[in-house]
Amino acid sequence: MNVHEYQAKELMRAQGISVLRGGVATTADEAVKIAEKLGGKIWVVKAQIHAGGRGKGGGVRLAKSLDEVKKHAGDILGMQLVTHQTGPEGKKVLKVLIEEGCDIDKEYYVGIVLDRSIGKFVMMASSEGGVEIEKVAHDSPEKIIKSIIDPAAGFTQAAGRKLGFGIGLKGDQLTKANKFFEGLYNMFMQHDCSIAEINPLVTTKSGDVIALDAKLNFDDNALFRHPDIEALRDPTEESAQELEAGKYGLSYISLDGNIGCLVNGAGLAMGTLDIIKLCGGSPANFLDVGGGASKETVEKAFSIILQDTNVKAILVNIFGGIMKCDIIADGVIAAAKSLGVKVPLVVRLEGTNVALGKKMLNESGLKIIAADDLADAAKKVVAAAKGGN
Amino acid sequence: MAILINRDTKLITLGLTGKQGSFHSLQCRDYGTQVVGGVTPGKGGLVHEGIPVFNTAFDAIKQTGANAAMVFVPPPFAADSILECIEMEMPLVIAITEGIPVKDMIKVKNALKGSKTRLIGPNCPGVITPGECKIGIMPGHIHMPGRVGVISRSGTLTYEAVFQLTQRNIGQSTCVGIGGDPVNGTNFIDVLEMFHNDKDTDAVIMIGEIGGSAETDAGHWIKKNFKKPVVSFIAGAAAPAGKRMGHAGAIISGGDDTAEAKFRILQECGVTIARSPAELGQKVAEVLKKV
Repeated sequence: MNVHEYQAKELMRAQGISVLRGGVATTADEAVKIAEKLGGKIWVVKAQIHAGGRGKGGGVRLAKSLDEVKKHAGDILGMQLVTHQTGPEGKKVLKVLIEEGCDIDKEYYVGIVLDRSIGKFVMMASSEGGVEIEKVAHDSPEKIIKSIIDPAAGFTQAAGRKLGFGIGLKGDQLTKANKFFEGLYNMFMQHDCSIAEINPLVTTKSGDVIALDAKLNFDDNALFRHPDIEALRDPTEESAQELEAGKYGLSYISLDGNIGCLVNGAGLAMGTLDIIKLCGGSPANFLDVGGGASKETVEKAFSIILQDTNVKAILVNIFGGIMKCDIIADGVIAAAKSLGVKVPLVVRLEGTNVALGKKMLNESGLKIIAADDLADAAKKVVAAAKGGN
Repeated sequence: MAILINRDTKLITLGLTGKQGSFHSLQCRDYGTQVVGGVTPGKGGLVHEGIPVFNTAFDAIKQTGANAAMVFVPPPFAADSILECIEMEMPLVIAITEGIPVKDMIKVKNALKGSKTRLIGPNCPGVITPGECKIGIMPGHIHMPGRVGVISRSGTLTYEAVFQLTQRNIGQSTCVGIGGDPVNGTNFIDVLEMFHNDKDTDAVIMIGEIGGSAETDAGHWIKKNFKKPVVSFIAGAAAPAGKRMGHAGAIISGGDDTAEAKFRILQECGVTIARSPAELGQKVAEVLKKV
């Protein structure tokens, strides 16, 4: 799960990690009030959307007067902000963060990610802040300093010193950076984060070490023990269908093609998208009904797939292990009747209770294109979507 | 011979009396697995469908002499159950549970180091040595005893591959689902090593996914050490970057973790590539002809 920058910073502030003072606004007038309260002569107005690259897209602007705060906030709020992470249609900005200015001396990068190969979290820092870290990793990997954090020992001062000295800090700033790193790691663990990125982390001319930006991701599997984090979820940032699917234990991701897919198991669901593409078709979605689906969830899955008006044909691909083919057949029949499925429906069933499932579909009177195997199913649904049927 | 499990394996199920734990334990027993006990805290002393229930893994292991454990415990408590097995020096733990937090698995991974336990999973379909022993949720009847090893990060995609083999009358030595989570107990290389040492395995199917570097690490290892033919499919060529495709571990984060990059590196390492999941059986048949 993602949160906004302002939410990430509130969590950091609560942990004693140094961030700039600021407040979030939904109107230009609110933005001015926040700026007045913050005081000073310079403010930054930042669009709050779940995507990086906001500055380049015009979503982060410097204001040197309250009038400018008002103008920038007014311009940014409601704009369709396009960045390299939003896709070409962009993302509508509903909130802005107003922050006090700061006297930047130098920009750095600090982040925490999982190293899957060793099963440990790694803290990374770089003297090359404020740019895409993937680019630094590619062009000059020696400029990324890493400390592997031992899960039993937790954060150590030595791990922090390695990072701090590694990016060229010394004296008082090194001490402050080490405190920052420790706070960040502790917050990361406390809230079951999956990624933290502070880019840039800055040193100021007055000698402080402060997070200028903050990106936090949380482990979806751990949200059950963090209702406070779950409460930070912004539904406007997530697709309505994906949210609805989640409520029924379905894993749904919308794609831009025209072949709806209903599959059991994440791997087979991915494999199904792949084979559709190989056959010259284009999938409209990823949908894993999971192992414990019932007639009702299958029906729900159909209704979610059909909400996408691009869908020209549907492929049901089930390899029943836990999932029994007769339950899928039951759901398909119920959905076809209650939703009036108008597009061609290709069904491939295999595994547990397959004979019963096929028999039910045959006797249902529904117009179903039966497929013998995976390759056959893909070919048939691609042809059906093209109108060849 | 095969690897990991055989007809002498004695299994206990952690979370035996839950709906899934119960159903699949009985399915395993029907397949021929010796299910000697189960654990459900508070239900110790009961007999569930003819299987004795214990309060703790400690009691179950001591009293049944089990040498394998299957974990169906719900995600919030699953890591604890695995840790209990590690402490008891249980040789093999197969965790089916999906949705265990990464932080918990990091703790487990740390405890596994230097322990006597081999953990398979979590979030996996389990392990089967066809005709001898099934520990997990895979449909037993699609398998057939034989000489091809299967390793996979996915469940249903593994069934698909196995089904294609069996249809061609190609049997399997052992099929191992290592699971779809970012932190797991056993990786591709661990299982490849076992197949390397197994006289009864002639070839291996390796089914991977987008995300992480487990497949490419395995590719480099195969190039250096593995003499038997390997056929591989990577799921997720059609997946967009930054989206989690069902499995917690199946997400492209940039670089060499796309399907395209993994296909390329595996091919460079001498692995036979199946671009389509429907080609796995056929490709194995082809490489077996050359053995």
